[in-house]
Amino acid sequence: MSGLLRTRGLTVAFGGVTALDRVDFQIGEGELRCIIGPNGAGKSTFFKCITGQVAPLRGEIEFDGQSVLGFDTHQVARRGIGIKMQVPQLFDGLDVWENVWLAARVNHDNQTSNKIATRVVERANIASLARRRAGYLAHGQRQLVEFAMVLAGEPKLILLDEPAAGMTADESGRMADMIREVNRTAAVIVIEHDMQFVRRIAGTITVFNQGSILIEDRAEVVLGDRIVRQIYLGKQGKTFDA
Amino acid sequence: MKRWFLSGWGTVLAALLGLALLISLPFFASAYTLLQATLYAILSLYTLSLAYIWGYGGIMCFGQAAFFGAGAYTFAVAAINLGDTTLPLLLAVVISALFAAALGYFMFYGRLTDVYMGIVTLLTTLICSQVMSQTAGPNFTIGRVMLGGFNGIPSVPSINFPGHPDSNLDVDQFFQLTTGIVIVAYGLLKLLQRSAFGRITIAVRENESRAALLGYDVRRHKLIVFSIGGGIAGMAGAFFASNQLFIDPNVFNLAMAAQCVIWVMLGGVGTLIGPIVACCGLQFLTTWLSGANIANNSFVLGVVLMIIVLLLPSGLAPASLSTLERLSRRASARVHEADGA
Amino acid sequence: MDYAAVILIQVLSAAAVLVLVSSGLAIIFGMMRIINIAHGEFLMLGAYAFLVAVRSGANIWFAMFVVAPLVVGTFGVIVERLLIRFLYGRIVDSLLATWGLSLFLSGGITMAFGNAMEGIPTPFGALSIGRFSTSWYTVFIIAVAMLLLVTIALVLKFTRLGLVARGSMQNPSMAASLGISPSVTYAATFGTGAALAGLAGAILAPVTGVGPNIGSGFIAKSFITVVGGGASIVTGTGLAAAFFGTINQLVSFWQTSVWGDAATLIAALIMLRVLPRGITGRFFQGAI
Repeated sequence: MSGLLRTRGLTVAFGGVTALDRVDFQIGEGELRCIIGPNGAGKSTFFKCITGQVAPLRGEIEFDGQSVLGFDTHQVARRGIGIKMQVPQLFDGLDVWENVWLAARVNHDNQTSNKIATRVVERANIASLARRRAGYLAHGQRQLVEFAMVLAGEPKLILLDEPAAGMTADESGRMADMIREVNRTAAVIVIEHDMQFVRRIAGTITVFNQGSILIEDRAEVVLGDRIVRQIYLGKQGKTFDA
Repeated sequence: MKRWFLSGWGTVLAALLGLALLISLPFFASAYTLLQATLYAILSLYTLSLAYIWGYGGIMCFGQAAFFGAGAYTFAVAAINLGDTTLPLLLAVVISALFAAALGYFMFYGRLTDVYMGIVTLLTTLICSQVMSQTAGPNFTIGRVMLGGFNGIPSVPSINFPGHPDSNLDVDQFFQLTTGIVIVAYGLLKLLQRSAFGRITIAVRENESRAALLGYDVRRHKLIVFSIGGGIAGMAGAFFASNQLFIDPNVFNLAMAAQCVIWVMLGGVGTLIGPIVACCGLQFLTTWLSGANIANNSFVLGVVLMIIVLLLPSGLAPASLSTLERLSRRASARVHEADGA
Repeated sequence: MDYAAVILIQVLSAAAVLVLVSSGLAIIFGMMRIINIAHGEFLMLGAYAFLVAVRSGANIWFAMFVVAPLVVGTFGVIVERLLIRFLYGRIVDSLLATWGLSLFLSGGITMAFGNAMEGIPTPFGALSIGRFSTSWYTVFIIAVAMLLLVTIALVLKFTRLGLVARGSMQNPSMAASLGISPSVTYAATFGTGAALAGLAGAILAPVTGVGPNIGSGFIAKSFITVVGGGASIVTGTGLAAAFFGTINQLVSFWQTSVWGDAATLIAALIMLRVLPRGITGRFFQGAI
């Protein structure tokens, strides 16, 4: 299993703040990885770097055997990376089905996109919302729609930034199931704060802290680690005992 | 579904009304009225071009007059040189579209934000006005045509039947041609909007970064939309020159650029028909005012504008409210972003 | 040698004119993010206020430095209260409304005073430099512009008013926390910008002539100076004025003055592409 995505020495700095500090990261095909870490640790910046939205100061990014450093965002997307952002980014003026359709249309013609959109909308359990204007949906629903859009793009690697945020227990349960299902055809990296959620899905966890990777290991090991507990207890007052 | 259905009927209705006007007006209107109506049609086409790129494409262009004027001058130069007006009309569209493509490349690939894009486009038309004013004297000649500087180019030919340079369209026919083109352009733009290209246009307008994250080359898309608008404006400019039988650098000036923006804002950013109505309405108002000598044109126009902005911030078309607000919010957010405030 | 001196004076005066016509706009745009399309018309009003005052017998300097700014400044406050204050945050609407205001003003003045251009003789006389002659008034304009920049800088840096102003630029609600009502701040700022425009219009009146449409000649140049200058009011405007003034004059010498204007606009276009946040968006960040 070769590295699907690899970064080496990835460094991002803005205005004197080092958001990412020489990050070496790797994920293989079909892998499911969780990234956790306190606020400001650089997790979202890491995603933005991969998708070409933020330019790194130094370092390399390799996806599917090719360097994607300096690529435009749309070029990175076309290589097979789909991302769901922290705050759902939808096309508010279009309806849900059209949003998903547009995601499919990148790689297919109109007819095929029609079929894909309908199928994905079913799978993501938003069929009842299909003709609603995206701008009028509740937060949890918007998360699901954006997730569906990512799926419709049929990516090889899916980046999910806090997919369970703002969701009810039911909804996040469904999301966890969908993530595991989707993992059968794509590698998935999930950034999350909700430890319940992380436990439900995680295989390997990477912990970010202050711009670099603190520890990376199986879920049980990481969640039991003393330093990880400290940075979480210290900053957020959360514990892992659920 | 319902939304598409409604807008589909609205479009058909508008087109039918236009067609009715096209057919019937020459029968009962005087030559003077027809001439006025022709001007309205030409200016409507001009408005349509901005309504499309701004309302549908989300591109705020304050210098649409640049493409309007480019089309006018291209037509004038080509028509006088070639004798027949058919090729010059096409040339006007092509040259304006290319001009738009060049400016668009400069702007979109240079990552300019909304508000600054408005300023750059305005500067462009002002530059055209300045430059063209400098073209006096025999050095500035293309073929048989002297560009004429401040004085412009006189004796611009009327449109003739294709292939018959000596038989010009009469007043009725020119009215029908221009009105017909407006209807066709309107219909085609509406059709375009329902295609995949149109949906992508909406997506790029609504959320550019999301569109890019899906894999769409948003800069290239905006470039194409912008060029289409430029071409349509160019055609309107060509008709304008032919209608006036004369063209000068005033076609590029602040007033010409401003009028277009005003019509679109008044009519509602986000619709095509609203701006056309606003254009005709305001033209009527200003013509009537200058004829009746009630008050200075500018004065009344200014009052109307201020009142409309204060009372009807979304313009005349309610559907545009969210688009305008979003553009406003985005623009003001970007300006703040741009200065690191 | 004298040729060089004359060129220097011409360049400085071009820059000075830009400083004068732009400072009001720089304050309004820099602090309130309002794009006032009627700015040129405020200049025009200043010229008319000056003209009327002088024709009514007032001392020319009193008319220029007191009457014009006062009249236009007051008008600015009225406009802010009646129109602008509903438009904060609505950039597109403020554009349309101030466009309306601009048309209203130029149309209104045409109705009141007619279309004709009036003249006011330039004070002072000719200044000879070697074989060439320019005018003392040109030097006067340069001096006033420099004084203006220095005054604004001093006010911003050393007075409480200046501190509030700079704070409001960073964070509009700050004014409120300093105990000054935001609406007073906005009205005062807009009024000050208008007053500066009025002053500039009066100072330039002997040079440009006075007519209802002189505003449109100023608007493009003041905009590109403000936008090209970037966020800092004094440094930005000063640098941009110097830059564009130089280009304008150099090209004008080489060709004609209208080519000079065209070159200035083209330079602005290129500058916006290269420095999208203006000069002080990249260099001298955080300067006054």
